[in-house]
Amino acid sequence: MLYNEPSPLEVKILTKRFGLKNSESLDAYLATDGYKAFRKAMEMTPEQIIEEVKTSALRGRGGAGFPTGLKWSFVPRTSPKPKYVIINADESEPGTCKDRLLMENDPHQLIEGILIGGRAVDSHKGYIYIRGEYRYLIESMDLAIAEAYSRGYLGKNILGTGFDFDLYTHTGAGAYECGEETALLDSIEGKRGIPRMKPPFPAVVGAWASPTLLSNVETFSAIPAIIRDGGAAFAALGPPKNGGTRLVCLSGHINKPGVYELPVGFNLLRMIYEVGGGMRNGKKLKAVVPGGSSCPILKADECDIAMDFDSLAKAKSMLGSGGTVVLDEETCMVKFAQRIMKFYAHESCGWCIPCREGTTWLKKMLDRFHSGGGQKSDIPLIGELSKNMLGRTFCALGDAAAMPTISIVEKFPEDFEAHLNGKPCPYQHSAELAMA
Amino acid sequence: MTFSPELEAKFAKLLEIYPAGRTRSAIVPMLLYAQDEVGHISPDLIEEVARRCQVKPLQVDEVVGYYSMLHRKPLGKCHVQVCTNISCLILGGDELYAHASKTLGIGHKEVTPDGQFSLEEVECMGACSWAPAVQLNYDFYHHVTPEKLDQLLAELRKAH
Repeated sequence: MLYNEPSPLEVKILTKRFGLKNSESLDAYLATDGYKAFRKAMEMTPEQIIEEVKTSALRGRGGAGFPTGLKWSFVPRTSPKPKYVIINADESEPGTCKDRLLMENDPHQLIEGILIGGRAVDSHKGYIYIRGEYRYLIESMDLAIAEAYSRGYLGKNILGTGFDFDLYTHTGAGAYECGEETALLDSIEGKRGIPRMKPPFPAVVGAWASPTLLSNVETFSAIPAIIRDGGAAFAALGPPKNGGTRLVCLSGHINKPGVYELPVGFNLLRMIYEVGGGMRNGKKLKAVVPGGSSCPILKADECDIAMDFDSLAKAKSMLGSGGTVVLDEETCMVKFAQRIMKFYAHESCGWCIPCREGTTWLKKMLDRFHSGGGQKSDIPLIGELSKNMLGRTFCALGDAAAMPTISIVEKFPEDFEAHLNGKPCPYQHSAELAMA
Repeated sequence: MTFSPELEAKFAKLLEIYPAGRTRSAIVPMLLYAQDEVGHISPDLIEEVARRCQVKPLQVDEVVGYYSMLHRKPLGKCHVQVCTNISCLILGGDELYAHASKTLGIGHKEVTPDGQFSLEEVECMGACSWAPAVQLNYDFYHHVTPEKLDQLLAELRKAH
């Protein structure tokens, strides 16, 4: 099912079957180039497959943006240990809602991508780690997997090629931290989701101490198109080193929020005004979270920017997971920073003290600040405390809490100053007044 | 403990799909699926899952404490989950949560006296582009307004 109208500006590669009748069925998939890429991959050597993925300039769609082909090449294919393919479908970065659509509308594209990944690293077993809240997707993925088994697209000797592959779903049970790859590995092993020391990287020592190919749903879903039409064609859709398209999740104060497939490098202002239908109620743009709550925020005057990994890094932000949240002039940035910190304080797994204590202290400070109990000296202190978390934790959750906070304090000091001296929030809305 | 044949079949599959000797991996799925059937995670259920996965009860217990969807106390028949994270927040998610709390007369992680409803303010549930969003048990509802929520809750009240 689709939840928003498509845009004419979209370039539909991964979403080309969205909206077709029974797009989730194997028949619909086969009728639209389905499994051509797998057949082609079986005639290629694993090295050729990895080379094609490298050529595509595909970068991890979970948020970190690591080159996918390079990641695949790190898996020791000739290791005597079993190798596993794990698909990260623990989509929980605030602002992000795309993997849901890929699994719901085109599960066989994902399965085909997984099979090609398995072939490339000589793995014969895969697990899709789906967040517990997505129960309906666990059920629909299980149906798609069962259909693939019954028609010989999974299991032993797939399509007579001699290649075996088993695929299963695994449910999470509510933990943002389990989207971090090493915490996900602990979680799938039946433990609390706590990040691991790296190195060794999951490619070498991953699930059950074995080499593991671990990528996001959108990353795997891009593989069939890359193998079928060639890596060069995919790379050509985006700027250098940023191949292909991305499912951009537009949300917030715009007229047409939705998930749109756009070439990597699409201009952010065009996303807001042309794809997203502009600002709601004619309000002015104040800021944009470019790629999920972990990314440093962009001020309105920084939004004329190409949405690719390198341009955003140059602007000291990140492309992240594709969750683009648009804020209008009536948004209280203190309240926004407070909600972000509340999230990270709740989701910190508690393993590293700077993150566990830092997020909790910052949440308390921002709570107090927003309710009018802030002091002028708190403003630099919020930034300083955040900076003390940066780089001092096993995983990126501490950084993810610190980075947006530092950027909000630096870019919107006037919003913080407006809350000083016991003044009520200048943006305060009726619900909070009613609760006060 | 005895479970339905459907759940037993699920458990049997879970004990097969992980690599040999790695039945510990089945803990989280078993707990969540069992909770769906029996309502909450009791000490007996922890013992049972530990026995089936061949681990110590403490190894199951520590997992229960970590995952936010695993509950040691019974929830309402309908668990109302309102997202107030950033995309929902700026489109009225917190007003929606306040409205739900007022209407149901309960707060975060509380249950109504008749056991019909429980309420939880949840983190991002992956419905950002169709905010504000609510989950009633596992069902998603998008673009939810206070009026729409009232209507959904009224229908559920009638159904019971």
